[in-house]
Amino acid sequence: MLSLSEFVAEYGELLFEGTLSTLVMLVVPTIIAYVIGIALGVVLYLTAPGSLRPKPVFNGILGWIVNILRSFPFIVLMIAIIPLTRILMGTISGIAGVIPPLVFSIAPFVSRTVEQSLSEIPRASVEAVESCGASVPCIVFHALLPETLPSLIRGAALTLISTLGYIAMAGAFGAGGLGDIAIRYGYYRYQTEVMIAAVVIIVVIVQVIQSVCDLLARKVDHRMANR
Amino acid sequence: MIEIKHLTKTYGVGDDAPRALDDVSIDIADGDITGIIGMSGAGKSTLVRCINLLEQPTSGQIIVDGQDVTGLSGAELRQYRRRVAMIFQNFGLLAQKTVLANVCFPYRAATGKITDENRARALELLDLVGLKEKASSYPSQLSGGQQQRVAIARALACDPEYILCDEATSALDPASTNTVLKILRDVNRETGVTIAVITHSMDVVEKICKNVAVLEHGRLVEQGSVAEIFANPQTHAAKVLLGRVDWDA
Repeated sequence: MLSLSEFVAEYGELLFEGTLSTLVMLVVPTIIAYVIGIALGVVLYLTAPGSLRPKPVFNGILGWIVNILRSFPFIVLMIAIIPLTRILMGTISGIAGVIPPLVFSIAPFVSRTVEQSLSEIPRASVEAVESCGASVPCIVFHALLPETLPSLIRGAALTLISTLGYIAMAGAFGAGGLGDIAIRYGYYRYQTEVMIAAVVIIVVIVQVIQSVCDLLARKVDHRMANR
Repeated sequence: MIEIKHLTKTYGVGDDAPRALDDVSIDIADGDITGIIGMSGAGKSTLVRCINLLEQPTSGQIIVDGQDVTGLSGAELRQYRRRVAMIFQNFGLLAQKTVLANVCFPYRAATGKITDENRARALELLDLVGLKEKASSYPSQLSGGQQQRVAIARALACDPEYILCDEATSALDPASTNTVLKILRDVNRETGVTIAVITHSMDVVEKICKNVAVLEHGRLVEQGSVAEIFANPQTHAAKVLLGRVDWDA
């Protein structure tokens, strides 16, 4: 059994770099997925029957595409879009190779969380801004999205944490990161302490994401009095 | 002047589709406060939502100052909606914006930006409804009556010629109701803005309206001056609304 200082000397750098790769794989695809997902979510909301720009057929088809993308198990999606990944990134391995499949699986999920947040806005508020003569872009950017901010932040915690699970899986396919370390050292080499250390770091990341997002969401939420 | 002509609104298609409004014709004269009264399901909310085209009438016309507005769309429709501001039963304020930002929203809708002059004007309007000191509060920190007064200030920020009130006082207690009605009456007297009040309460009609139209099952069954109808209600609906029937019958 190694002492803590020996353990850090032996595996510290490995775990540090793994953590860094994991964070990059977490943040970059999530940001891209959010840009796409918010746009998709807004379109899904606006085109739903009875909404501001109802287009039932278009809405149905778009919803169907989103559902299909969400149905793919991440590993299957990752393999299925290898040709596309190669065209987009020039490689299918490492961090670059995992960004497209992550974006493809997170964006549809984000679009549904955004759509749900938007549909929680009271009908009267939407009709009130509509009857002020606001255009749809004005309603979206100055009323709907600001109204959903707390809900969007809570959705972001959900998204980031499930993405972390995908990244660990992607690790097994040569993407690197903490998941990769846990599998390679813990599973193939029976170095349980490295696996435990990697898992502990993932647990800490999850806790930090949840706490920070909760705190932020509470801070920007003005829907309830006397908080 | 708003002339509602043979307005019909059906949900669904075919001859037996439910009719929320059936051949309703009402004139709302400039400068008046007109009441549109009826029981729940009589079609009064549908009527007012058709006037500012939140709902598209199935047939009939809405003529505002000589212009048929039923076919409006795009920028013309948005401009028209600012002339016909609306106040809702559930206030419809944006929970994530301060009171001042809510009142400023019509300026944003009209011009895409909010200037210092807009803010100053919004504060004047808040002063008018007695809530200037609440400018930086959020709607959740206000009582229902206060929220409705903010909604009135927001409606006034549209600089409207007409204000439509859809059950504006139905969610409020009697004291708040009186405050809101007084504000509406004063605004009508001072600016000459025309007001249409949708309500199921004869009390509201009696307090501020000059003329009243009674709706029942989507049809206009009686209309006239408030004095006339209170003195001599002709229809069963009007009598029920006035409480002049034996409730146990």
